[in-house]
Amino acid sequence: MSTSATPSTSESSAATAAAAASATSATSATGASNLFASDTLKTGAKDALRKFDPRVMWKNPVMFVVEIGAVLTTLLAIVELSKGSAQDSGGSPIPLAFSLVISIWLWLTVYFANFSEALAEGRGKAQAQTLRKTRTTTPARLISETRTYTPGLAVPEHLHVTMEASADLRVGDFVEVRAGEIVPGDGEIRWGLASVDESAITGESAPVVREAGTDHSAVTGGTRVLSDRLIVEITAQPGQTFVDKMIKLVEGANRQRTPNEIALSILLASLSLIFVTVVLTINPIASWSGGTVSLAVLVALLVCLIPTTIGALLSAIGIAGMDRLVQHNVLAKSGRAVEAAGDITTIILDKTGTITYGNRRAHEITPMPGVLYDDLARACVASSLADPTPEGKSILDLLPDFQSDVAPRPEWIVPFSAQTRMSGMDYPDGGRLRKGASSSVLAWLGENGWLGSDATRKALTTEVDRIAGLGGTPLVVAEVSATGVARALGTIHLKDIVKEGLRDRFAELRSMGIRTIMVTGDNRLTASAIAREAGVDDYLAEATPEDKFEFIKKEQASGKLVAMTGDGTNDAPALAQADVGVAMNSGTSAAKEAGNMVDLDSDPTKLLDVIRIGKQLLITRGSLTTFSIANDVAKYFAIIPAMFVGVFPGLEALNIMHLHSPASAVLSAVIFNAIIIIALIPVALRGVPYKPRTASKILSHNLLIYGLGGLIAPFLGIKLIDLLISLIPGF
Amino acid sequence: MNTLFVIQFILLIAALGACYKPLGDYMGRTFATERDIAPERWLYRWLRVDPRSAQTWQSYARSVLAFSVVGLVLLYLIQRLQAFLPFAGGHKGVEPFLAFNTAASFATNTNWQNYSPEQTLGHSVQMFGLTVQNFVSGATGLAVAIALVRGFAYVKRGTIGNFWVDATRAIFRILLPLAVVSALVLLAGGVIQNLVGHTDVTTIAGGTQSIPGGPVASQEAIKLLGTNGGGFFNANSAHPFENPNAWTNIFEVFLMLLIPFSLPRTFGWMVGNHKQGYTILGVMGTLFAGSLALMSWFEMRGAGAATQLAGTALEGKELAFGVLGSTLFGTASTSTSTGAVNMMHDSMTPQGGLMAMINMMLGEISPGGVGTGLYGLLILAVITVFIAGLLVGRTPEYLGKKIGPLQMKLASLYVLVTPTLVLAGTALSFALPWARESVTGTSILNTGPHGLSEVLYAFTSAANNNGSAFAGLTGNTPWLNASLGVVMILGRFIPIVLALALAGSLSAQTRVPSTSGTLPTTSPLYAGMLMSVAILVSALTYFPALTLGPLAEGMH
Repeated sequence: MSTSATPSTSESSAATAAAAASATSATSATGASNLFASDTLKTGAKDALRKFDPRVMWKNPVMFVVEIGAVLTTLLAIVELSKGSAQDSGGSPIPLAFSLVISIWLWLTVYFANFSEALAEGRGKAQAQTLRKTRTTTPARLISETRTYTPGLAVPEHLHVTMEASADLRVGDFVEVRAGEIVPGDGEIRWGLASVDESAITGESAPVVREAGTDHSAVTGGTRVLSDRLIVEITAQPGQTFVDKMIKLVEGANRQRTPNEIALSILLASLSLIFVTVVLTINPIASWSGGTVSLAVLVALLVCLIPTTIGALLSAIGIAGMDRLVQHNVLAKSGRAVEAAGDITTIILDKTGTITYGNRRAHEITPMPGVLYDDLARACVASSLADPTPEGKSILDLLPDFQSDVAPRPEWIVPFSAQTRMSGMDYPDGGRLRKGASSSVLAWLGENGWLGSDATRKALTTEVDRIAGLGGTPLVVAEVSATGVARALGTIHLKDIVKEGLRDRFAELRSMGIRTIMVTGDNRLTASAIAREAGVDDYLAEATPEDKFEFIKKEQASGKLVAMTGDGTNDAPALAQADVGVAMNSGTSAAKEAGNMVDLDSDPTKLLDVIRIGKQLLITRGSLTTFSIANDVAKYFAIIPAMFVGVFPGLEALNIMHLHSPASAVLSAVIFNAIIIIALIPVALRGVPYKPRTASKILSHNLLIYGLGGLIAPFLGIKLIDLLISLIPGF
Repeated sequence: MNTLFVIQFILLIAALGACYKPLGDYMGRTFATERDIAPERWLYRWLRVDPRSAQTWQSYARSVLAFSVVGLVLLYLIQRLQAFLPFAGGHKGVEPFLAFNTAASFATNTNWQNYSPEQTLGHSVQMFGLTVQNFVSGATGLAVAIALVRGFAYVKRGTIGNFWVDATRAIFRILLPLAVVSALVLLAGGVIQNLVGHTDVTTIAGGTQSIPGGPVASQEAIKLLGTNGGGFFNANSAHPFENPNAWTNIFEVFLMLLIPFSLPRTFGWMVGNHKQGYTILGVMGTLFAGSLALMSWFEMRGAGAATQLAGTALEGKELAFGVLGSTLFGTASTSTSTGAVNMMHDSMTPQGGLMAMINMMLGEISPGGVGTGLYGLLILAVITVFIAGLLVGRTPEYLGKKIGPLQMKLASLYVLVTPTLVLAGTALSFALPWARESVTGTSILNTGPHGLSEVLYAFTSAANNNGSAFAGLTGNTPWLNASLGVVMILGRFIPIVLALALAGSLSAQTRVPSTSGTLPTTSPLYAGMLMSVAILVSALTYFPALTLGPLAEGMH
């Protein structure tokens, strides 16, 4: 982040809380924030039907196998029903309706999988709907004759403009946008300064300032200029604007599977393949004992064994993960970036505006020997009354009890200037008061014939050095009395204030194995003091954007994954180099282009949420995979004895759940297998709860819940379903 | 007798424990050093191998395959041309199907024996064919394991060592010296070593008996050390010339377990973290101990009227070894891919036989064969790490190497190969009409589930390159000779190629530094999870087949 970005970054971070609140309200307006709102459910139920298409289905091998099984059992059911008799299986009689019921539940299994995906997509679709509304064609004032406008030169009152539809704009066109008008496309402000209402994109109602030549020079199509006038160079082709990209992202239109998701799919596919082999070889092997199994039972066994739970929910988990980011007002350009966020080992945070409040604040005042504290306090307040800078205001905040003592007149005020680096007061009686950088004030004292004793001089130097050593900025307050006697009154300690709660969050990150690196332009002394106070692991002092880039490369060379936030054009290379680069929406378009995520709230600490969401995404996948595989044990104990108990009655000993009959046992397992998908949809969409802890603790916790739970739950579930089915005559 | 066994068992554990560090570190140094000894240099010059050049995984795999194919073809030819060789002992050339099966069997470190050695093979084939393969097939397994470990240990190299160097060192510096010492110990214990053919004697009862002789001790040592298992005699280690008494019995068990149980140390040595080695050792040891306890319990308890009367299941067991001496040998043999037997596995209780099958079905990882056990378990570790990594919210990594789509593809395929071969082989034996006729008509001895167990055991043994047999099955038929031969070859070399590909992909990667967010792969929790994955994967795969075999037999 460049220094020029500092003021408005601090402003935006101050507004973070409000933004977070308004973001929620913005999404709830679309009816999407409630996961299971009835209209979302209805749309999902309808969309799920379309996903039965085998051309769509085969991309999910696990569910494709279930669909094939459903087709096979349906055909079998038709044949059996028309014949009026069902084939025995493994020496046990099978009720006539068995194949039909199995096929119905297999279709339901596929449907539930589709439904979970449709539901996950539904939230994005609703969000996309609201975004689309901002994309309606607006008239644009195209600067038709470039001779009337040359970039960089002063802009005349009246430009030659022609009205064009925003859809016809091209990259490189210059448009004029006046107060009250909608920005016709994404672009870079070339001239002017204006306040812009970006609520259509960010959900944040407070207008933001956009200005040419700063780090906040980008405007987004669809936002509204509230005041002033801008000349904007269009930087995105219609159809490829930020909003278009957002729509595609939230809709998941070009959602690509991430490496991790692919790796998991491979594991699931090979598990399915093993079980296909297992099931295909059962009848030849069983033929030796004369107990071949019916097709419906074989298909049922296969469907129960292959990891349908995770197979059904895998894509919903991915979509919901991206969606959770959108709920946090962060747009990830790829799912890969979200996953990478979970792997981050190093995060780079700017000091100013991220770790500390943007401005230094008065922390304490120290009188010189022989000066009364109250006198110094009064002098501090008097010299700051007319100081409009945040630092000046913070002095008044520090000393609220001394304000009424002084009643200065405006004509007495000596304003702060960059030349003098001082501000103060010239009283009509000839007395003068100055406050400023220690070197400037000392020089001023010298000019006025200061005769400070050695003790005073020493005290002053010691105090100034002490403050600097703590990472603060020392200010000196001095006066020349009406009688012309100059003396130093004391010092003010201006300090970077570390935002509350950050220390704890960094400690949390450390427990997750993530190092926090603070980057600042300050000198080493200052940097190390703040670093200590904030509890970061390391810092980069006197850093230029190039240093940041080099640092990232160095970290990556040793195998680390680095995340950072940035908003300036000079941040762009580092943003692009980082594994997770979160660009602030308030930043330049170069930064937004370079990062792989954009934070609409422009809150740099959002990075921590991004990491959490990334981890949660992986954990959800892992937990449901573990659950799914652990389920197989119980299903085997339900189905295998049922399959062969007719031939080998001794196998009844394996029927540890004491299921009612072979048909009922198989059916119960199939029904459990289908219902568990529906039961786990909320977990898939909301994500497994995640608390930052060490990996070992997370592992034992999740293994206990999803591993052991996955082992036990189906025993209970299947038994319960079996009790119900045993009431049906014939089963 | 049980007291004797307890003493022996404690000695066994102590001996293995004493060898763990020195042998493991020695093997690590052996494969890491840049120094060649004189005979090795001559061999490299003759083979035109530059011992300092490193191979990519493709090149390494080509070398492994070429080396093994040449060995297989040579072994086939030696058998076929046996009649023209010295010391043939009057044996004729071996039948083509049987010769193929035997060649495949010894070249793949399986040592499944469809032949009856004393009736089929002379000393020349035994020594120059089988014993040579006992060394080189063991060395190949060791080399592949070392190559995979290098994949984890190397950073951004892409190469995984040199197969010719690895195999040469495995033979000259590890197997050969150990085999010489062991052979001497066995000799001292009473194992025979001569070049005598058959000696005909008249027994006290007046009948005549033909007593075979041969270079047994030398072959016996490498049979066990290299986890080969092919006996000099048909009765294998139940034969008094191969395994004369309870002390040689425990020494043979020690030899089987020695290298497989020391390799985790080598692994830890090579990746620079001995805790990783202890974790792997812990998993191997726990699985082994659990299986041994179960098999012993099943056999001691016995089921069925006859065994109840005897107090324990003694059918098919050598009384000199006792039940525990037999179950210890059986567990060691089936869980190290050795496949040597000192009892008739066919005669075990159904549950005991089940344990022997499960040891193999685990994929030979407890501790598995020389080298094969380590790489088999490391691949399961990759899969475990993948699931565990997801559970803690990180892209999974093992020893700092990321487990991405490519690694998962290779590891998943690896896990897929053996079960597919076992189940498909067994199923085809019953599904193909002519195979079914041969298997049910000629091969299977027993009816009912026990008959199925015989076939299932055969394919499990072949696909996992174990080589032990559930006696009773007549394996010397065209179908079983051919199908088991093919299964052994596929079950050996497909996993090897996949393991090497994995090694190559890992070797090229950089290493991710470990943090407190990294899944620790040395904790008991992780070890438990790895063990559960190993058990679950094989249990889920084989449950139906086992239900129809030993489980159906055991549950009346």
